[in-house]
Amino acid sequence: MSKPKVAFYWCASCGGCEEAVVDLNEDLLQVAEKVDIVFWPVALDFKRSDVEKLSDRSIAVSFINGAIRTREQEEMVRLLRKKSAYVAAFGSCAHIGGIPGLGNQFAKEKLLKLIYEDLETNDDRTVPKPLSKADGNELEIPEICEYVRTLDQTIDVDYYIPGCAPPADIILKGLTAFLKGELPPKGTVFASDKSLCDTCPLRDKKPDKFSIKELKRPHEVIHDPEKCFLSEGIICLGPATRSGCGERCINANMPCRGCFGPSPRVYDQGAKILSAIASLLGIDEEEIASEEDVSRLIDSIPDPVGLFYMYSLPASNLGDKRRNDEQKDNS
Amino acid sequence: MRIGVYICHCGGNISDIVNIGEAVEFAKKQKDVVLVRDNGHICSNEGQMLVLSDIREFKLDKIVIAACSPSFQGQTFMKMMERAGLNPYVLEMANIREQCSWAHINYPEEATEKAKDLTNIAISKVRLDTPLSKAKMPIGKRVLVIGGGIAGIQAALDLGDAGFKVYLVEEKPTIGGHMAQLSKTFPTEDCSACILSPKMSDVAAHPNIELLTYSEVIAISGYLGNYNAKIKIKPTYVDPSKCTCCGDCSEVCPVDVPNEFNEGLSFRKAIYIPTDIAVPHSFTLDIENCLGLLPLACAKCRDACDAKAINYDQYEKTMDITVDTIIVATGFDIFNPAEKPVFGFGKYENVLTALQLERLVEHEESGKNLVDIGNKIAFIQCVGSRDEQIKKEYCSRVCCMYATKLAQLLKRNRPERDIYIFYTDLRAYGKGFEEYYKRAQKNGVKYIRGRTAEIQENPKNKKLILKVEDTLTRSLIEGEFDTVILSTGMVPSEGTKKIRDILRIGRTTDGFLAEAHPKFKPVDTLTEGIFLAGTVQGPKDIPDTVAQASAAAARAIRLMNKGEYEAEPITASIDEELCAGCGVCISVCPYDAIAFEAEGARKFAKVNEMLCKGCGSCAGSCPSGAAQQKWFNTEQIKEMLRAIL
Repeated sequence: MSKPKVAFYWCASCGGCEEAVVDLNEDLLQVAEKVDIVFWPVALDFKRSDVEKLSDRSIAVSFINGAIRTREQEEMVRLLRKKSAYVAAFGSCAHIGGIPGLGNQFAKEKLLKLIYEDLETNDDRTVPKPLSKADGNELEIPEICEYVRTLDQTIDVDYYIPGCAPPADIILKGLTAFLKGELPPKGTVFASDKSLCDTCPLRDKKPDKFSIKELKRPHEVIHDPEKCFLSEGIICLGPATRSGCGERCINANMPCRGCFGPSPRVYDQGAKILSAIASLLGIDEEEIASEEDVSRLIDSIPDPVGLFYMYSLPASNLGDKRRNDEQKDNS
Repeated sequence: MRIGVYICHCGGNISDIVNIGEAVEFAKKQKDVVLVRDNGHICSNEGQMLVLSDIREFKLDKIVIAACSPSFQGQTFMKMMERAGLNPYVLEMANIREQCSWAHINYPEEATEKAKDLTNIAISKVRLDTPLSKAKMPIGKRVLVIGGGIAGIQAALDLGDAGFKVYLVEEKPTIGGHMAQLSKTFPTEDCSACILSPKMSDVAAHPNIELLTYSEVIAISGYLGNYNAKIKIKPTYVDPSKCTCCGDCSEVCPVDVPNEFNEGLSFRKAIYIPTDIAVPHSFTLDIENCLGLLPLACAKCRDACDAKAINYDQYEKTMDITVDTIIVATGFDIFNPAEKPVFGFGKYENVLTALQLERLVEHEESGKNLVDIGNKIAFIQCVGSRDEQIKKEYCSRVCCMYATKLAQLLKRNRPERDIYIFYTDLRAYGKGFEEYYKRAQKNGVKYIRGRTAEIQENPKNKKLILKVEDTLTRSLIEGEFDTVILSTGMVPSEGTKKIRDILRIGRTTDGFLAEAHPKFKPVDTLTEGIFLAGTVQGPKDIPDTVAQASAAAARAIRLMNKGEYEAEPITASIDEELCAGCGVCISVCPYDAIAFEAEGARKFAKVNEMLCKGCGSCAGSCPSGAAQQKWFNTEQIKEMLRAIL
């Protein structure tokens, strides 16, 4: 019996997800023995045409990381979708948009202008165009999409392996499920349904009731590693983020930034944590909190979108509006 | 699913503005809607019968009523659902009156669009509504009445007479409140103390009333049927069962303190009885002003007491009681006229408050004059009422009539008196008030419509100079008066402010406590089992106060009499499987209804449904979506939004 075919692909990502696969170490060899990797641009020399030659749904599972930023990525994931029985979104960017998704705060033109025209460190001020001529040859590069999308906003996605980057145990859990054929219901995120607080090492250090009088950023204070970040006024996305990451940030004395995405019943991770934090602000002195006090607290968050939606902007309701506009433009 | 939609004309209130036909056609197009009707008054018996017969005929299982605010007629339609054999929580109301036709009276097209949107929202929500059941809870017959003024007294007596156990808590050494200070009541001129004191002694003698004077409620927790109150009882150092009120202790007491009961117009001793009609009828040693309880310091009173009623060996106690309902009757304070420095209260000795005058008049009548206030007297109305400058925009409702009464009494004592009442508008709205006012005019009391800008004192004779523009005749009136009386309005009492924080009940912009509905629930609060009686809810006179106190007692009896009650099912619930124990809900819950529970290593938040008022704070702030509000879950809110986006 032939081994199941597996593909790995990368879209708008940093490469960390590829590293994460390699970080499986010896386990990777065991996996490699059991599967036939048919496509993995970062490690193996297969071409797009090799994938095109495969029959539909012949790849058992494609692990796709990165957000969808270019037309090429869009085409490739469509192709992989056609050729694969299952598609798993791998890592935060494919799952909820990730860091590249923060680009959705700006129009494409503005981003291109910033990077290719305004950036001081850029000597060559040419703005790349999808089609250009050099030395008499016609060159084609992929067009940038209007907005960054998650994988499931582009193609149908069966499973999600969350994290930036996904930790080895989560990847193995996902791979094992495929290899053993013990697949959970479609749409499953391979992580806990509960939020990070459930497994947080600081959970029992947190007071039952607390309010936030002042917001602090991690670099502004020396945080006592024995205390809950949120109760100390340091914004932590843990309460609004799935557990399963191994509390890597918390253990490194940094608050959670939300890379595992929201728990299943939450539609908008950023809005949820914003709502929670707003509810906790100055709650004891609610009555005497003046407009100025409120403004001061709000102003102490210099980049609210970058903080509350660090990983989830394209998956959020804010993203919805943009996508709707884009759809209107396209139609 | 078979939804019936009813669009109400509200007898033109809605249909004059909103295009009903358009709204009907719109509703017909919505998914799952099998019947749409419009009707003149759906809330009428005829309207309800129509819905009931439609439910049978068309097998409707969910109903949308597009009419007025659900806080207005929601209960009516919920009862209608029960009559139809449907769960009251598969009914939705779209408020197309207050929020459409009334709010956008000049924009009929927009109002119609909004009415369609709101109806669509209700349809979207009702699709996801599931039947909710009301839990039946046992309830006992114990009531805490806070405040021993006439409101608290009346409520306590009504409840006690009906067989309910009452704890009446009063912070002063005697019950009676402000009414005990008044000379006579308007418009009948009954002697205030004479009609009040029998009620006060009834309270003391009542087998069902436990009177706790010189006491304060310091904490309340729990919920309807199980309120736990902590009461601080201050020591009086006098045993009321032994005290004969002979007054020997007072006579030897070396300390003089301004007498609060006489509004500072006389002095009392540190051991005193506030008034002759005090209940409990016993002396109180005011420890704050006493020289000290040590025999070395003074101890004159103890030595003087033949009845051996004075015992220095008393300490503050706290008492814990459990009650089923609570009536708040913490009354009012008079507006402090020092906040209006232009009237010179506290600066000019002949400027007095009306409450001071009540005490003076009473003494004048009995021939024991406290101060002679002369014969030319001016009343300035609306001091601390109807005054935007000091953010007291409301009318205190009693000042026009008490000024009229006091003027009459002053004239009766000395017919030669020349009395002016400078008023803003004269409000004689109650039964017999207008006639009383007419009588005062006939008796020579001069009513001048005009606001006094300032009072000046003639430094030589201490007489007061007033300049007032008569706004009816457009003439300037200037005069010198022996005494100026400030008709001070009512403000929420200090006790009200304290109890508001303890009970967490809302207030209106004037600072008085808020009733649940101004028309249909005037003595209820939004917290089940807590009722308001008297001026705690807003300025009112004695008849209104007594009526409201009886109403509050009746509302409390209504809940307790059956021995069980149905708890409101719209509460929050927390999914144990999703909750990670972040504690945000516990921190934001204004009713302390959520607490952690632990099961082995698992820790999750749990809602006490008896305490939960369904405010939704936890559901809104829960970062993991584990806290959900029944009848308003995230899925429903999302569908409601989708309906209009």
